[in-house]
Amino acid sequence: MTFGNLRTLNRFYSANNYTKIPRVCIVGAGPAGFYAAMHLTKNIQCKIDLIEKLPVPFGLIRYGVAPDHPEVKNVINQFTKVAQRPEVNFYGNVTLGKDITLNQLRQHYDAVLLTYGAEKDKTLGIENENAKNVIGARHFVGWYNGLPSNKDLEIDLSCDTAAILGQGNVALDVARILLSPIDELRKTDITEHALNILAGSKIKQLYLIGRRGPLQVAFTIKELREQLKLRDCKTVWRPEDFQNVINEVPNLPRPRKRITELMLKSLNENETCSISNNTKMFKPIFFRSPKKFIINDKNNVTGIELTCNKLEGENWESQKCIPTDEIEVVNCGLVFRSIGYKSIKADEDVPFSNGLVLNERGCVIDEANELGKLYVAGWLGTGPVGVILHTMGNAFQVAKTICDDLKNKADYSKSGFAEFKDIVKDKTDIVDWEGWQKIDKFEIEEGKKRGKPREKICSVEKIIEIAKSEFNIVKDNS
Amino acid sequence: MFRTVKNLSCSKFRYLLRFNDLGSNCIDSKRIVPFSTSSLALKDEKVKVCFVLNDGKRLEAEAKIGDTLLDVVVNNDLNIEGYGACEGTLTCSTCHVILKQEDYDRLPEEPSDEERDMLDLAYGLTDTSRLGCQITLTKDLDGLEIIVPETINDARS
Ligand SMILES: Cc1cc2nc3c(=O)[nH]c(=O)nc-3n(C[C@H](O)[C@H](O)[C@H](O)COP(=O)(O)OP(=O)(O)OC[C@H]3O[C@@H](n4cnc5c(N)ncnc54)[C@H](O)[C@@H]3O)c2cc1C
Ligand code: FES
Repeated sequence: MTFGNLRTLNRFYSANNYTKIPRVCIVGAGPAGFYAAMHLTKNIQCKIDLIEKLPVPFGLIRYGVAPDHPEVKNVINQFTKVAQRPEVNFYGNVTLGKDITLNQLRQHYDAVLLTYGAEKDKTLGIENENAKNVIGARHFVGWYNGLPSNKDLEIDLSCDTAAILGQGNVALDVARILLSPIDELRKTDITEHALNILAGSKIKQLYLIGRRGPLQVAFTIKELREQLKLRDCKTVWRPEDFQNVINEVPNLPRPRKRITELMLKSLNENETCSISNNTKMFKPIFFRSPKKFIINDKNNVTGIELTCNKLEGENWESQKCIPTDEIEVVNCGLVFRSIGYKSIKADEDVPFSNGLVLNERGCVIDEANELGKLYVAGWLGTGPVGVILHTMGNAFQVAKTICDDLKNKADYSKSGFAEFKDIVKDKTDIVDWEGWQKIDKFEIEEGKKRGKPREKICSVEKIIEIAKSEFNIVKDNS
Repeated sequence: MFRTVKNLSCSKFRYLLRFNDLGSNCIDSKRIVPFSTSSLALKDEKVKVCFVLNDGKRLEAEAKIGDTLLDVVVNNDLNIEGYGACEGTLTCSTCHVILKQEDYDRLPEEPSDEERDMLDLAYGLTDTSRLGCQITLTKDLDGLEIIVPETINDARS
């Protein structure tokens, strides 16, 4: 670029500093936050500040998506392009409700979009749930994915049988990580501490327990197909769980039909598949709800008492499970609870009910007229359901509403983050995008030493240290 | 300020490369173009496709034979929001497209089980839905019109 060009640009941008443009704050740098920012940058001239609790971006793409699914994480490349746009700023290690209040944000922005997700595991509320080796699936996921708050998870893999309560995709992720041959995992960015413990695992048999029947499973067909194809692992269904299922198949909508057919096909193959000594067993069980955990005198879980259910109702979609008097006991030394998540009320002013931010198609209705408008997108607004694709659709939709509202607004007088950056700075070490790039580079280099695509740093202090360091981020280009 | 200018100059640079004939062949093409191919032959291998967006907007593009629809979107920088999140690895279905029945029927390959698995997640799935990253352009497909369905969902609280 010539010097003349640069001067024109300079003028262009400094001129812009004086023109008032809308300022938008997005709270939570997961897929919902990035997709909303993507839509805004393409459709309206505005300044976007993306604040994030963790010192690193991408939310569940980094800390949820399984390490053996690196392709899913390619979306990070699209998010990175968004973050590198001049009108977008990333401020990591800034927590809503701790370093900054919702009220402060709404005073300084024309629009505030909450996209801080649903991070808490739902609990069952049954007897002995706090026994040792009863583990929230999300904590286990955080542990193998390097989430700092989960790095010291206590887990004992020395028993031969484990059970997962719940039949969604996260349950299948957990199952796959436990049942995959360890050398498959070594090639991934799974954390070293998890790899070491998984390498010593004695688990040979894994139950996947669901309340309702095969027609109601929440996992998707891709994940099931992958599980069925897993090396050295045999899937064993209970034929009695599939009574009548075949009669329903012709009337199901395509996605439900295909997944049901795949289960039936696998059920019929059950007999023919050969078993060797190191074959692991994957055993889905339907129509069972956990009643209580059975423990020994050391407070270790040794089994689950399950209530047998029957389904009532005509339509497979709305069938309800009704408990019977029958009980089944499954013996196991390790249990994962994977029955869903809930959001938390991050700040006292967040209008919150039933684990969600109350909203009307993304708009949070309240009376505070003089404050910036409040919106919500992603799992915080929709509930923790669906995959990235669905989060994307929702984020675009809410961002479109924000655009429309901003275009109708007469004047923009808010000053954005600059105004109170100094206040926040005293409370926390802000990590900006350049800081993240250093961390990224560092992790990739650490990974190389171990033949992995990345070795995540699992300590917040260490991450911040690297972000602040002189670690050279442009080495590769030289 | 400095960062702003730096970023801009980068994208400007990329822009220049992309639209510079010499540059584009070595940067954008994933396949190795035989050295002997004359420019005339290369021209012959181009087809026209048109993406019709949900709001009626039409995005026309020239494409090389052998490119996938995802390649076309990426190489031409077509503004289709969120398209191709997983970069063609069959794990996102953001590249969902709907074809006319006759176009669907004349595609050389049927969707694989894996493609159907991903399609099952898409909104507005139809009998002539495909994933753009799995459709490879042939000479025969010149003039193909592709509908890009809405990605917005109905999830409400
Ligand atoms: C274990 C797991 C695996 C998954 N795997 C897949 C998959 O393979 N493919 C797929 O398509 N989908 C997958 N999903 C679904 C996908 O992750 C979600 O659709 C998506 O991440 C939801 O996006 P979000 O932005 O709403 O929430 P999140 O991704 O959770 O992002 C929220 C962000 O907000 C931040 N935050 C939280 N509190 C605060 C605060 N107080 N202040 C500031 N920031 C805050 C969080 O740190 C986080 O970065 C998976 C989900 C889980 C749980
Ligand atoms: S680009 Fe992801 S499935 Fe086609």
